Amino acid sequence: MPEAHPAFQFVDLRQQHDVAQLGMWVFLATEVLFFGGLILAYSAYRIGYPEGFAEAARHTKIVIGASNTAILLTSSFLVAWAVLIVRLREGRIAALLLWGAAALGVIFLVLKGVEYSEEYREHLIPGLNFALDGPNAGAIKLFFAFYFVATGLHAVHVAVGIVVLVVIGIRARQDAYSDRYHSPITVAGLYWHFVDIVWIFLFALIYLPGRAP
Amino acid sequence: MTRWHPPRILLFSWAGLLALLALTVFGAYQPLGWFNTGLALTIALGKALIVLAIFMELRERNALTIAFAGAGFFWLAIMLWLALADFVTRPNFPPGPPMMHSDSTPPPRS
Repeated sequence: MPEAHPAFQFVDLRQQHDVAQLGMWVFLATEVLFFGGLILAYSAYRIGYPEGFAEAARHTKIVIGASNTAILLTSSFLVAWAVLIVRLREGRIAALLLWGAAALGVIFLVLKGVEYSEEYREHLIPGLNFALDGPNAGAIKLFFAFYFVATGLHAVHVAVGIVVLVVIGIRARQDAYSDRYHSPITVAGLYWHFVDIVWIFLFALIYLPGRAP
Repeated sequence: MTRWHPPRILLFSWAGLLALLALTVFGAYQPLGWFNTGLALTIALGKALIVLAIFMELRERNALTIAFAGAGFFWLAIMLWLALADFVTRPNFPPGPPMMHSDSTPPPRS
């Protein structure tokens, strides 16, 4: 395995690592505001139509939603574990952990697809087949517009993350990372954990309202 | 060789996150009124802080990285605070029920 060298603009690998991390955090700050705009719109309309949003949330599939939360939290745990042991040159085990996390991501997307298909059958998709009646129908439609945009954008992020984890896993398997050089896996981990954080908030906003008697 | 074993802090964080998930689902079914929303968001914030501090290793990072990490959330807080201060204090928000167009009847074709 060839010795890793810093790119020409950096003094050493440590500085390169710090810069890569800062760059990822800048990107994640833009992502915070990207999803934040959606959450602001949701909050404003939830304040405006509290009963409609509570009724709409009762239409969501909380078993799938909670399972998917546990799946993403577990995959984040595996990635955090891999990021630590790759510095000890345990690349083979780190690769297995990363691919395990990617597999959990695939299961997340499959369950999301099951959920979407159930919502299609229940005529809950605005712009496609939304067909609920009653005094809260308009608010429920607003809720599901947010639901499909937010979870759809989140699913795109999960899909990108799966590809990144698989590629980084291959590099880890090739023993490319060490205590001195591990920026790519650390930065990829930051992205995956951020996708997890977005889901933590989406879960609380989408699945939990309106459940109490 | 056991050095690839997960550190205890990661295991505790993972268990804690799953426990908080169970707690938030349980709490959502308790009749707490407006506090249901507060509880759900407080637990979500707690889970996010665990992920940020432990999984994303922010507790081991220098002040500059933490400032970069906090910047996005800082501006998000300003956006939510100013915008929602507007919406919750408007006398006529919402102005009425949202417009309801049925998707089940296709638009007339010409």
